[in-house]
Formats: sequence, C-alpha cells, structure tokens
Amino acid sequence: MTVLLNIVKRELASYFSTPLAYVFIVIFLTLIGSFTFYLGNFFARGQADLNAFFTFHPWVYILLIPAVTMRLWAEERKTGTIELLMTLPLTTTQAVIGKFFAAWIFIFIALVLTFPIWITVNYLGQPDNGVILAGYVGSLFMSGAYLSIGSCISAITKNQVIAFVIAATVCFIFTMSGVDIVLNFFKVWAPEFLVNIISSMSFLVHFESITKGVIEIRDFLFYLSVIVFWLFLNVVVVEFKKFN
Amino acid sequence: MISITNITKKFDEFVAVNNLTMSVKRGEVLGFLGPNGAGKSTTMKMITGFIKPTEGVIEVKGMNVETHPIECKKLIGYLPEGAPLYGDMTPINMLKFVAHIRGMTSKEFKKALDSVVVKTQITDVINQPIDTLSKGYKRRVGLAQALIHNPEILVLDEPTDGLDPNQKHHIRNLINKMGKEKAIIISTHILEEVDAVCSRACIIAKGKKIIDKKPTELKKIYKNNNLDNIFREITLSK
Repeated sequence: MTVLLNIVKRELASYFSTPLAYVFIVIFLTLIGSFTFYLGNFFARGQADLNAFFTFHPWVYILLIPAVTMRLWAEERKTGTIELLMTLPLTTTQAVIGKFFAAWIFIFIALVLTFPIWITVNYLGQPDNGVILAGYVGSLFMSGAYLSIGSCISAITKNQVIAFVIAATVCFIFTMSGVDIVLNFFKVWAPEFLVNIISSMSFLVHFESITKGVIEIRDFLFYLSVIVFWLFLNVVVVEFKKFN
Repeated sequence: MISITNITKKFDEFVAVNNLTMSVKRGEVLGFLGPNGAGKSTTMKMITGFIKPTEGVIEVKGMNVETHPIECKKLIGYLPEGAPLYGDMTPINMLKFVAHIRGMTSKEFKKALDSVVVKTQITDVINQPIDTLSKGYKRRVGLAQALIHNPEILVLDEPTDGLDPNQKHHIRNLINKMGKEKAIIISTHILEEVDAVCSRACIIAKGKKIIDKKPTELKKIYKNNNLDNIFREITLSK
C-alpha cells in the first residue's frame, strides 16, 4: 500500500512540476465550456440540466486524455528510469496501478474544476442534482477507461507522439463503436451476436444512459471491466518490453 | 552474497551473455571489465532482476532472483547504466521516493539522507531540479539513490563515469570503505580503477568470462605491469 501511495504521489507531483498540468486544465475547461455553450446551446435549450455539458465529455477526452497518458511509460522507457523503477522492490502491477491512479486523480481534479457550470445551472433553475452527480461519476468512470487505454499504449513505445496518436485512435474507435457508421461496416458480414458485442463496447452508449439519469450498475461495471482489462494488458506489455 | 551459475542471455539470435559463472562474497569488490558490448550491463541487469536470463540461475544471499524478486531487490542498491533519474524531481525528493518505496520511515530516511548526502558530496544541489545538474552531480545522485537504504549488496554500472579526477578519487575511497562490509560489483572501462578499488577483476568479452583473478595475480601472470596492455592482450586475442 505504501508503495502504491508513493508511486501515485510521485506521478501526480510530476504532472504539476511541468506546465502540462496547467495547460491541460486550461484547455480542458475552455473546450468543455465552449462546447457546452456554443454547440450544446446551454441557454437556448431552456432546461435546467447539464446534458449539454456532459454530451461533449467523450469528445474532449478522446483528444486530451492521450496527452495525459502518453508520458506515463514512454518517458520512463526513453530516459531509462524504468530500469531504476523496476529494480526497486515493487511489482509491475503496483507500478501500473499507481501510475493509473495518479492520472485518474488528475482528471478528477480537472472535473472538479468545472464546478462553476454546476453553480450556474443551480442558479438558473432547479436541476435534478442527483442526475448531475451521476453524470459526474459516470464521466469519471469513462475517463478511467480512456486513461487505461492510454496508459497501456504508452507502454508500447518510447515515442510520446506515437503513443498519443495511437491512443487517440483507439479511444475514438471505442467511443464510436455503437454508432451506425461503424456498425454498418460490420452488419454486412458479421453475425448478429458479434455486431451486438461491438455495439455494447461503445463508451458513448453507456455514458449517454448514465447522463440521462438511467443509473444502472452494469454501465459502471462496464467501465470498470474496461479499466481492469487494459491495465492487465498494460502489465503484460511492460513485462514483455522489459525483457526485449 | 551473489552467485551466478551458467547464465546465458539471448536477444533473439544475438548472445549477449554466454554461460557466465561467477560469485561475489561479502568484503569483496569485484571489478567487472570488458570492451563495450561485452555483456557487462546485461549481466548487471540480470543480477538486479530487471531482465531474466534465458538460462541459468542467479542467487542473492541464497535466494533465487527469479522466484524471490522483491526480497532480492530489497538487498541490492543499484546504479543503472547512464545513471537514469527523474529529471523533474529534486535530488532530495527523488531520494525520498526511493527510500519510501524501499519501506523506510521518514525518520529513517532523514538519518540516512544526512550521511548519504555527505558521502556522495551532493549537499549543494539537493534542492535543484535534477535536469539542471551537471553530469558529475547526476552520477552522484544516482549513487546516493543506490546507497540510501544501506544495502548489503551494491551493483554499480560505471560509478565514476563523468566525474572529474578529484571526484573519482573521492568515490573510489568511498567504495573502498564500503567494500569491507558489503559485496560490491562495479563495471568500468578505467583500468586504474581496478588497481584502486577492486579486490578481484573479472574480464569478459563477447559475453564470455575470460579471466577472474586478483589484480596482483593478473600482473604476475602477464609479467606485463601495465593493466592496459593486459586488457588489450586478453580481449583482442580471443
């Protein structure tokens, strides 16, 4: 536990020791804010909810989360500090989970900083704050799923730019897999159960039901299992790359 | 303390270490010599559990490195090749991180810090970001990181690389002093270092051990008093 805690602390501190953290938070808030008000028509909708706000979270995450995760492992491998880290008395699993949690806490901080929008909507009307809370929790879980993908892909390469591009692409595919454009491609040749599996992997579909206030445990379980799966893969990749 | 039995390391077809056997006891400083690409760093990576040998067994204090990685890593202080460090941290934070991962309490850390910082002469830069430090300081921060938990075993990959002559002298004295109670392996290109600190010299080339003797014995055998010439003779002839 102390090992995990120390890795989380170090990683989190390293986010804030470079401008990355501040640049990320500023861009995150700006993007989310402008999407909500301009594309989402927050005011014109005339409804006291944050749907216009949450709708754009997946899209902002696709762009920004790979930027948060790209350095997690790629940098360790490039500078050789991975050798230092992995010869300390800790397991690869501890290192992977520690780094992941640091990134997740960072996104949590960014999400908390969107609180003015919550104040705004409460000032303007009487929203269902339970649904809003569910939206935030759902968004946090979804960000965890994106982060686990990014972290795993960061372990594949020494090059942070490559890590960014591949992670963004994979995140995009997982987001879009429930949309007709993607599904039609499979419907032509794939059996129905496969199409159903692909469509059920969509981050978008699970997130939409959460933000609408349909709070089902299975949506959260879905994100949790995605996180566990990608982190497991992450451990495998780190081990494999180390030996080669 | 360290016993290596018939280890071989292959990267695809390339054989980096070929059937190497050696051991280091407490109170010994083993100088690990060889041309570039001879397999010195690879061997050190295997001892410290970073990579696994393709064949063979490495034991640290009687424990197999592959089956008891955590226990073995606790006993070892390791300075990897090129002394990689977290550049965005300050030496003090970096040492704290390593100490805490190694299970030291804050109190133990403070005590250890005071002595390690003096030993490695990094007092002046302890609060500067590592990225801004000179090569010599970085190397010594790397060394401090390996010493912080006062390990029984030290594996140091080129510990004096990038240091000026005075600093080299200081670090060699430090290794000499520590060598009396620890088991130490250092790799080096600098042959005078073998004379200065090592109680035994192990020369390898192309992954194979060629010679494993005391420096004085080496000179006797080769009648040639200059270690440089001995090294050239040995590594080029085979």
